[in-house]
Amino acid sequence: MNDLLAPLPGLAAHHLLLSAAAVGLALLVALPLGVLAARRPRLAAVSLGIAGVIQTIPGLALLALFYPLLLAIGHGVPALGFLPAWLALSLYALLPILRNVVTGLGGLDPAVMEAADGLGMTARQRLRLVEAPLAAPVVMAGIRTATVWTIGAATLATTVGARSLGNLIFAGLQTEDWGQVLVGCLASAALALIADGLLALIERGVARRERWSLMLGFAGVVLGLVAASLPLIGSGAPTVVVGAKNFSEQYVLARLIGARLEQAGYRVSYREGLGSAVALRALRQGDIDVYVDYSGTIWADTMHRPRPAPRAETLAGIATFLRPALMVGPLGFENAYALAMKRPGAARLPSADLRGLAAAAPRLRLGADLEFLSRPEWRAVRDAYGLRFAATRAYAPSFMYRALESGQVDVISAFSSDGRIAADGLTVLADPARALPGYDAILLVSPAHAHDRPFLDALTPLVGAIPVEAMRRANYMVDRDSDKASPADAARWLAGQVERR
Amino acid sequence: MDARGPEVRFEGVARSFGGGGVAGVDCTIAAGSFVALVGTSGAGKSTLLRMVNRLVEPDRGRILIDGRDVAEGPAPLLRRHIGYVFQSVGLMPHMTVAENIALVPRIAGLPAPDGAALLEMVELPPEYAGRAPAALSGGERQRVGVARALATGAKLMLLDEPFGALDPVTRDGIGRRYRELHARLGLTSLMVTHDMAEALLLADRILVMAKGRIVGDATPAGMLAGKAGAEADAMIAVPASQAARIEALRR
Repeated sequence: MNDLLAPLPGLAAHHLLLSAAAVGLALLVALPLGVLAARRPRLAAVSLGIAGVIQTIPGLALLALFYPLLLAIGHGVPALGFLPAWLALSLYALLPILRNVVTGLGGLDPAVMEAADGLGMTARQRLRLVEAPLAAPVVMAGIRTATVWTIGAATLATTVGARSLGNLIFAGLQTEDWGQVLVGCLASAALALIADGLLALIERGVARRERWSLMLGFAGVVLGLVAASLPLIGSGAPTVVVGAKNFSEQYVLARLIGARLEQAGYRVSYREGLGSAVALRALRQGDIDVYVDYSGTIWADTMHRPRPAPRAETLAGIATFLRPALMVGPLGFENAYALAMKRPGAARLPSADLRGLAAAAPRLRLGADLEFLSRPEWRAVRDAYGLRFAATRAYAPSFMYRALESGQVDVISAFSSDGRIAADGLTVLADPARALPGYDAILLVSPAHAHDRPFLDALTPLVGAIPVEAMRRANYMVDRDSDKASPADAARWLAGQVERR
Repeated sequence: MDARGPEVRFEGVARSFGGGGVAGVDCTIAAGSFVALVGTSGAGKSTLLRMVNRLVEPDRGRILIDGRDVAEGPAPLLRRHIGYVFQSVGLMPHMTVAENIALVPRIAGLPAPDGAALLEMVELPPEYAGRAPAALSGGERQRVGVARALATGAKLMLLDEPFGALDPVTRDGIGRRYRELHARLGLTSLMVTHDMAEALLLADRILVMAKGRIVGDATPAGMLAGKAGAEADAMIAVPASQAARIEALRR
C-alpha cells in the first residue's frame, strides 16, 4: 500500500501544475479572443467553430498529434513531456472559456449598454466598468468547466511522457494492478472536485459580490498551486529520467535502473508508458536519459534492415547506429517475438513449430498485441511460412493471454521473457526458418550521459546479469492475478538476483 | 458651462433608417427652454434626440450646442456634458445607487459629486445611497437616473420617453418634480414623448414630428388653439376626448 501511495503526491503536484498551466494559457487566448468575438459575429462563429472541432478530437488523439507536430518543428523543441501535453490540454480548455465569454458579453442588458454609451464611457471603460463585471459570473462558469475537463484529460498526458496521475492509471492497467488504477482515478477525481469547489466559491463571490467567498476561493487556488510547486524547487541533485515502454517488463526494468541511479546519488524521475518508436526518439533527443530497448526492434523498425543478422553483427550495428547515444550492452536475456499456443492445441499441430502452424492456420485465430500486426517481424514470419489465419485480433499485451486462456483465440504473439509462458504452460512454437530476429534486451543511454562516469558505473553491473528465467519470474510477479507485486517490488527482487551473481 | 442651459440648433439634419429616420430638420431650441418632441412611433423623434449626443450620427446637416458643432471631438467627451435619461434607465446593476450617481464624474476623472445633495434634488432619502438598483421601484430608479444625468452639472438634458414605463400616478408626480428641477437649475430640456397630455403639461414648446419632419411647432396654448396643424390636432383630440368622457362619467 505504501508503495502505491508513495508516488502520489509528486504525480498529483505535476498533474495540478500541468492542468493549471493549460487553463492559464487557454485563458490568455480565450479572454481577449472572446472579447473581440463578442463584437464581431463572424469572428465569434469562426473561432467557436474551430474550438468546437478541436473539442470533438478525442483527448488522447489530440495529445498524440502534438508529438509529430513538435518533432517537425525540431530545433531542440522538446516533442515529449510537458510541452505537448500543455499545448494539447490548452486547446482542449479553449472552448468552454471562449463560449462563455461570448455568451456572457452577448447576454448583457441592452439598456445597461445604452446607458454606458450615453453617459460617455469609452469602449475600454465600458469593458472594464460594465461588461467585465457583469459577464464575470458566466465567464467564471466557463473557466470552471474548462478546469474540470482539463484535470480529467491531463491523465492522458502520460502517453506523451508528461508526468500526471495518468502514470498510475496506465501503469496499473498494464500490470493489471487495479489498486493502482483506482488510486490514480480517485486522486484525479478528487483534484477535479476540489478545484471545482474552489472555483465555485470564486464564481459565487463574483456573482453575488461576496468578498469572503472570493477571498476564500482565491486563497485555496493559490495555496494549491504553491503546494504543488514546492516539490519542484527541491534539492539541487541532478535529475535523470528513466524511460519505460508500455509493458510490465519495462516498468520493472525502469525501477531496477532507477534504484541503482538513486543509490549513485541521482534524483530519478520516470517517464513510463511510452510507445516503442517514441521511446528511442526521446532517448536520442535527451527527453529521457536511459531505458531498455530490444535489438530486433531497433534493427527492423529504426534501421529498416529487411533481414535479421547474427547477434554480434546486430549489436555492433546498433551501437554504431545510435551514436552519440550509447548502447551500454545487452542485459543477458531476450524478449523476442514468438508465437505461442496452449499445450493441447500445439500437440494437435502436424509439428510443434511454425511450419506445422502454417498448415493448421486457416482454421485458427491469432491474437496479437497492438503493435505486432503492423511490425516487419510479423510480415517476415508470415511470408516465410505462408501463415494465413482464419481471423486476427489485437489486444493489450496483458489481455492477450486472457484471450488465449478463454479460447477466444488459438495462437498469440507472445514474448519469450514473459512469465506467463511458463505459468500458463504454453508452448512456444519453434522457428526453424529463423524468420524472427533476435531481441536482446539492451541498455541505452542518452548522449548527455554517454560519458557520465558515475552514471555508467551505476548501470554497467546490469550488463549480462539478468538471465531470462529471472526476468520471467520478475515479470510474472507483476503480471499474475493474485498476490501481485508492484514493479518496484519485482525490481527489488530482481536486484537481489543480480547481486547474487 | 453657463448658469443657464445652452441653445441647441439643428441645421438640415437628416438620417435615413428603416423606420424612424429623420428627413431634414431645421430648428432652434432656445436656451433654458423645455421642449417636447411628440409624434407617433417611427416619426423620428428618438433618432433626432439621439443625434444630439451622437448615439446616432447624422447623414447630413449639423447640430450646434451654443454654436459649437457636436461632431467636433470624440463622442464620449461630448456625452459626459449632456444629461441623458431614457425609458429603461439602465442603472448599473452591479453598483449601488451612490456609485451609479457618481459614474459620470468617475469616468470623466472628476471629483466625486455630492451624492446626498443629488439624491435630495430628486427627492430620495440619503439612505438610498447604499442600495442596489434592484431594490428600488420603477419611479425611484428613474429618479436615480435623473440624478446620475445631473451629476456633472450638465445643463442640457435629453429625455427619451423618460417616464414612459411608469404607472400614471408615479409618472405625474415625477414629471412635475422634473419640471421644477428644470426651472430651478435653469436647464435646457429636450424630451421625447408619445403622450400629448404630458407634453402639454410639462413643456414650454411642443414640436410635432411625422415621417422624419417637424410638422407642427407651437406653445401648449397655441397647440390647444389649433395653431400647430392637422397632425397636432389629431394628437390632441385623443386626451381631449378622454378628458371629456371622464367628465361626462362624473355627472
